[in-house]
Amino acid sequence: MAWGFCSPFVALFATFGVWPVFSSLSMSVTDITSRDVRTPFSVNFVGLDNYSALFADPTFVRAVLNTLYFVAVGIPLTMVIALALAVALNSGIRRAKALFRVGYFAPVVTSIVAVAVVWRYLYKPDGMINSALAAIGIHGPDWLNDPHWSMPALILMAVWRHFGIPMVIFLAGLQSVPAELHEAARMDGATRWRAFRSITLPLLRPTTLIVAILLSISYLQFFEEPFVMTSGGPLDSTVSISYYAYRQFGFGNYGLASAASYVLVTAIALLSFVQFRIFRAKV
Amino acid sequence: MATMTARTVPADRAAGAPRSTRTARTLLYGTLILGLLATLAPFAWMFLGSVKPTGEIVAHPSTWLPDSPTLVNFDRLLSKQNFGLYFFNSSLVAMACVMGNLLFCSMAGYALAKIEFAGKRVLFSLVLTMLIIPGVTTFVPLFVLVSNMGLSNSYLGLILPFLVTPLGVFLMRQFVHDIPDSLVEAARLDGAGEVRTFLSVILPLCRPALATLAILTFLAQWNNFLWPLVVAQTEEHYTLPVALALFSVGANGTNYGLLLAGAVTVVTPIILLFLVLQKHFIQGIANTGIK
Repeated sequence: MAWGFCSPFVALFATFGVWPVFSSLSMSVTDITSRDVRTPFSVNFVGLDNYSALFADPTFVRAVLNTLYFVAVGIPLTMVIALALAVALNSGIRRAKALFRVGYFAPVVTSIVAVAVVWRYLYKPDGMINSALAAIGIHGPDWLNDPHWSMPALILMAVWRHFGIPMVIFLAGLQSVPAELHEAARMDGATRWRAFRSITLPLLRPTTLIVAILLSISYLQFFEEPFVMTSGGPLDSTVSISYYAYRQFGFGNYGLASAASYVLVTAIALLSFVQFRIFRAKV
Repeated sequence: MATMTARTVPADRAAGAPRSTRTARTLLYGTLILGLLATLAPFAWMFLGSVKPTGEIVAHPSTWLPDSPTLVNFDRLLSKQNFGLYFFNSSLVAMACVMGNLLFCSMAGYALAKIEFAGKRVLFSLVLTMLIIPGVTTFVPLFVLVSNMGLSNSYLGLILPFLVTPLGVFLMRQFVHDIPDSLVEAARLDGAGEVRTFLSVILPLCRPALATLAILTFLAQWNNFLWPLVVAQTEEHYTLPVALALFSVGANGTNYGLLLAGAVTVVTPIILLFLVLQKHFIQGIANTGIK
């Protein structure tokens, strides 16, 4: 009976969800290419060759470094903005809370492709962003065509698109922090900042852990921004691991693409595990 | 709050707040408003630009408000670029996935939460594991699989891989789990079979979870990009994001009026839905952390 309830889900989940994960793992140790799709018996087992080929490829190494750059800058930036907004909306203001929440959340629901049309234009050398910078006397770079500025440009865009999610998670978390604790500390003469640091932040630790893990999982998969904005360029400065895997898929190198994606899976599993341990240890 | 005996009331909440607190509050509102304007500026530019002729969009110095508002971009999008069809395709795929997830995930969620059976634990841990597997990992074998089934460039190929999601089952299982067992047992004592119990007891109680799941699925599918880009190989199966992406790298890449009108077409239905159902959207995403 129970399996009757589960069977439609299990059938679809096994075929289109679980099986591809194992298939991808096994492809990563073969030399399968797009030509072998209909003749699976001509595929050879190559052990870890794809993995060593990956790390011997300077573009892949670059992709790993770019992904780390994106994660290391993007995650803290997103979290700080999200937390600051959540605190401001939770206890700093009384009016128009809902309006701010909806407005700040809006980028989350929009399609990256549609958003890219606008951001490509904003980032033009004479676009809106550089006009704003010029107003305060800064000569802005050619964001998307300068290898030094392409990644910061994509990080800014990704932060814009994502901070609404941790913001509402932090808001939910802040509602469970008893206001009396805060008030008691303030009456004992603690400054707002001090009360925030020694009461709110520690009580928010479980929420922070969830946010950090969720952001790690999604930021490590960094793909859509380079795909729609820069095609990985200029000079591979925005190629990410996912984008590299996608490109290899496009070239027909299915084995190599699968191996690259498994490097990503490993990184995601490791980082989630480490974060879990660190936050656990501090509780 | 109106009590004026300070000390029991935090200073800044009392009516006669000190000047420094009021200044701080004004500053905070100012910052929040500036931040909000910056956050929404890309949307404003998108909507205003879509009703400008292209010449006006690329003009220097550029202005925010259109000098001569026009719907010519939308007209051309519908008459020459087939965006009506892409809109239909996007809606069809998203609605089919919503239906599939609502039905199949609630069934499986009920079994996982309220029925004991062999293999239950293994199945649930598989669901949890799949929640963190990145899409790019399953992407290549999924494409090979779908092509070998002869489903590439078809509606089925677009829909089947997303007809159920681990997130959907996880969401439903957690929700059904919190429904008191006594309700289920009462139904069983009244002689209701599992199917009756599911349909007349569980499903009606699940309405909030079903609403969340419907919204999350619709959002994910409406905006889904990578999979449709690979599977839809000819125009008649393009979804809106695919059409817009290919359109923007093609010969029309500099036709900003058309591009912005296309972007507006993709974004507007979701924004409207979001404005109407904002509580569900925000709650759903806050609870799952996934969009």
